[in-house]
Amino acid sequence: MSATVEAPEAHAHSHEHHHAKESFVSKYVFSQDHKMISKQFLITAIFMGIIAMMLSVFFRLQLAWPGESFEILNYFLGDRWAPDGVLDRNMYLSLVTIHGTIMVFFVLTGGLSGTFSNLLIPLQIGARDMASGFLNMLSYWFFLVSSVIMVASLFVETGAAGGGWTIYPPLSALPQAMPSSGLGMTLWLVSMALFIASSLLGGLNYIVTILNLRTKGMKMTRLPLTIWAFFITAVLGVLSFPVLFAAVLLLIMDRSMGTSFYLSDIYIGGEALDPVGGSPILYEHLFWFLGHPEVYIVLLPALGISSEVIATNSRKPIFGYRAMIGSIMAIGFLSFIVWGHHMFMSGMNPFLGSVFVFTTLLIAIPSAVKAFNYITTIWKGNLVFTPAMLFSIGLVSTFVTGGLTGIILADSALDINVHDTYFVVAHFHIVMGLSAIFGMFAGVYHWFPKMFGRMMNSKLGYAHFWMTIVGGYGVFFPMHFVGLAGAPRRYYQYTDYPMFDGIYDLNVLVTTFAIFAAAAQAIFLFNFFWSIFRGQRAVQNPWKSNTLEWTTPVEHIHGNWPGAIPVVHRWPYDYSKPGKELDYVPQNVPLTEGEEEH
Amino acid sequence: MEKLLLILVIILAVVGIAQIAKVYQVSSELQKRREEDISPTSNKVNANLWMLFMIAFFGFFIWQFVAYGDMLLPVAASEHGMAVDQLFNVNWLILITVFFIVNFLLFFFSWKYVHSKNRKAFYFAHNNKLELIWTVIPSIALAFLIIYGLNVWNKVMDEPAEDALKVELYAKQFDWTARYAGPDGKMGESNYLLITSQNPLGLITDETIEARVAELQEGITKTKNKLAGQILPDEQVEELEDRIGSYNRQIAKILNFKKSNNDFTTAYDDIIVKGEFHLPIRRDVAFQINSRDVIHSAYMPHFRAQMNAVPGMTTRFSYKPVISTDSMRTILDDAEFNYILLCNKVCGSAHYNMQMNIIVESEEQFEKWLSEQKPFVEPDAIKAKKGSEEDKVVEDGPLAEKNGN
Repeated sequence: MSATVEAPEAHAHSHEHHHAKESFVSKYVFSQDHKMISKQFLITAIFMGIIAMMLSVFFRLQLAWPGESFEILNYFLGDRWAPDGVLDRNMYLSLVTIHGTIMVFFVLTGGLSGTFSNLLIPLQIGARDMASGFLNMLSYWFFLVSSVIMVASLFVETGAAGGGWTIYPPLSALPQAMPSSGLGMTLWLVSMALFIASSLLGGLNYIVTILNLRTKGMKMTRLPLTIWAFFITAVLGVLSFPVLFAAVLLLIMDRSMGTSFYLSDIYIGGEALDPVGGSPILYEHLFWFLGHPEVYIVLLPALGISSEVIATNSRKPIFGYRAMIGSIMAIGFLSFIVWGHHMFMSGMNPFLGSVFVFTTLLIAIPSAVKAFNYITTIWKGNLVFTPAMLFSIGLVSTFVTGGLTGIILADSALDINVHDTYFVVAHFHIVMGLSAIFGMFAGVYHWFPKMFGRMMNSKLGYAHFWMTIVGGYGVFFPMHFVGLAGAPRRYYQYTDYPMFDGIYDLNVLVTTFAIFAAAAQAIFLFNFFWSIFRGQRAVQNPWKSNTLEWTTPVEHIHGNWPGAIPVVHRWPYDYSKPGKELDYVPQNVPLTEGEEEH
Repeated sequence: MEKLLLILVIILAVVGIAQIAKVYQVSSELQKRREEDISPTSNKVNANLWMLFMIAFFGFFIWQFVAYGDMLLPVAASEHGMAVDQLFNVNWLILITVFFIVNFLLFFFSWKYVHSKNRKAFYFAHNNKLELIWTVIPSIALAFLIIYGLNVWNKVMDEPAEDALKVELYAKQFDWTARYAGPDGKMGESNYLLITSQNPLGLITDETIEARVAELQEGITKTKNKLAGQILPDEQVEELEDRIGSYNRQIAKILNFKKSNNDFTTAYDDIIVKGEFHLPIRRDVAFQINSRDVIHSAYMPHFRAQMNAVPGMTTRFSYKPVISTDSMRTILDDAEFNYILLCNKVCGSAHYNMQMNIIVESEEQFEKWLSEQKPFVEPDAIKAKKGSEEDKVVEDGPLAEKNGN
């Protein structure tokens, strides 16, 4: 074990030597330092998030006031996609699709894992850097290029991909089916292929680093829950993203090489097409084999972050540390055998459907354990409401509220009527959208001092949080009602159906909250960028936290610790331990005589 | 000018906030206030805001339930739909209770255990008994929900009765077509290669085979003429040659149908309708669902029925309507009300308007309506055809494609 501690040290010296002649390009652009790469991921993800959020406001305008003219739409989308300020119906579908794709993959997968796995894995396990700095750098550059391509696809003449973020063929395979299945879809596929490469490079690196570069004394059972969450997330990604890659590759072949993996018996645009024997259901299986673990790839890092933040700010150990690890692993495992619940109505054999009902509802058990453990952690705590803490508690609420409606959707008999309606939209936006973005915000507020050496303004943080949770629930809660009324998702307007007359004022309410919540993000953006340059200078351990990242100096250095890497003696949750003077005991403090670990 | 003003306003706003932030910061420095030291006032305010938020959140939920409750899950009009709704209610009862309890505990504890200097948090790392309790209780509740849910699911997906009415729902961009088996009770076979504007579902009869082959041959001749008549860029030549190849392959495949010994006369009496279709009350309806282009989904919310329409594959769903359109109009006090079939899988630009009305009526009314519909090929025409060799396809009638989109 001591060898692993000393070897990186020698490494660190060579780095320091290197430090002096570092150019702007090698420091800020082609950096191999995990801390810089994490900042690059974060800032890219913030820009992607702004774009995706704006797209959602655009299509929400159409949903609340169908067919009405908005100058802002014309301003951003131009005469082609919003003539006279009225959103084009093809563009509507493109907006919905790209909003979903960017949010799920670029913000909540690349942005969340990329930022916090990169920042925290070496710092919290006591490593000088990632196992491979070069792969780490490549991971970011693949991410950036794929982001640029995805955004560029919005400017294609025939429109960005518009078949929904799940891009089911044949709709996505045939340009005859919709104009945006042409070049727009090609760019989508290219972008996703690069994204998957980025995600795999990152994931492999995270796994290797966690398994091999832990400092002396950092047993797996002493890892902070953040690291456990990032670890299982990376494993999920490495096992499931290649399957999406295969699905994408076969789709590319169907589109351009005349194969028929997904196509059969199609008559479109006045022509009968040649392909026979393929099945779109194959694509659905492949897609959701990634698609469901993806939900947890998005959610687990957020849960990891909130575990850390809640324990620190409750000044209390996380309740049931081992149960939390167990439930992360159980969720990770189960997430691979539940994908069929997205396909109850696909024509799949009903018996197979019932197997997926069973496995899916099982996931509720580890999820319930997690929720109760969070609440028990707060119980009899001594809560300090930092903005990060507010977001973490908000996360627990959205995780529970959104998770409960999942029980309805997992029940195939109930799913018949709510499948693909706004009920689903409400469910996954609350349980994975809001929860994951809350986790991300919590992470940013909490580790901002570590990232930038300065503090974010807490008052602005409070305003941001309260407006976001009110706006977030205000947007997605009414959607349950819209969905139960039977309103399908991805509809351009509902004016052609008398049965949906009742949902109009709800749609107006939703859009109003959406604009409100979007405006609230301006507070965050201002606070974030302003604090990078002007925020109060941070102290070494502002939150009085136990984990190792707070033992590093405020100024970033290569190799993280100027001297030897600290040795770990205890688990990370010794908050308010009886018999201790302070209410926290960092992990590198040796156990006193007769002290039990926990 | 307006844009310029707007930009100016935004810049001024940003500068304004920046100045306020700066003042705040200078004052914090003067008071030696650290950003990470959350003041007792801040903690107290946030704690109270949790309570306020909880009340507002629960109030919002209850208000929505009261205001929009009657809109949720429209009255179920099928036999299994009532069972599904009961399952829904049991689920709601459990889930809403848990929703209130868990959110209440979370917000209440957040309020109650706000930071105080005089108190130390309770060091409580784990407790196996507690953890066992909240593993076992959800497990029992879920076991119950799984068993109950699967019971209903199996009933819903059960084979329809033998005498079920057979109806095909056929999807294309962007409308639905319904087909009944006709007096012989047999749904005629169909194949996408036979689709023409006269034969939108691609039904297989001797006549449609001949018509389609003739059409393809004409296409080949036209393409060949085009190739011979003018000098074209290489790419286009290749494309046209591919088309000829494709047409030839299609002709070969179509002619193969004839070699099979299948009876292609069952399609003659099939009844094809658009715009609306009728169903008899209290009789099982077995739907077979098809698509010719992309994935659609046949969604009939009032009947708690949904199934995807997948090209190249027939999917099935069946239900028994139990409330007639007229009775439902009385129940809802809405003379205009109609059951509808919608598309619920994104299928292109006009996905949002792909609907068909469903009329549920008594068996007699239904039989009367059905007898008024024209069959695929009029009986007279069949006789006439048997007399002569001509392949005449009925020009008028329900076959002429009316693509509203």
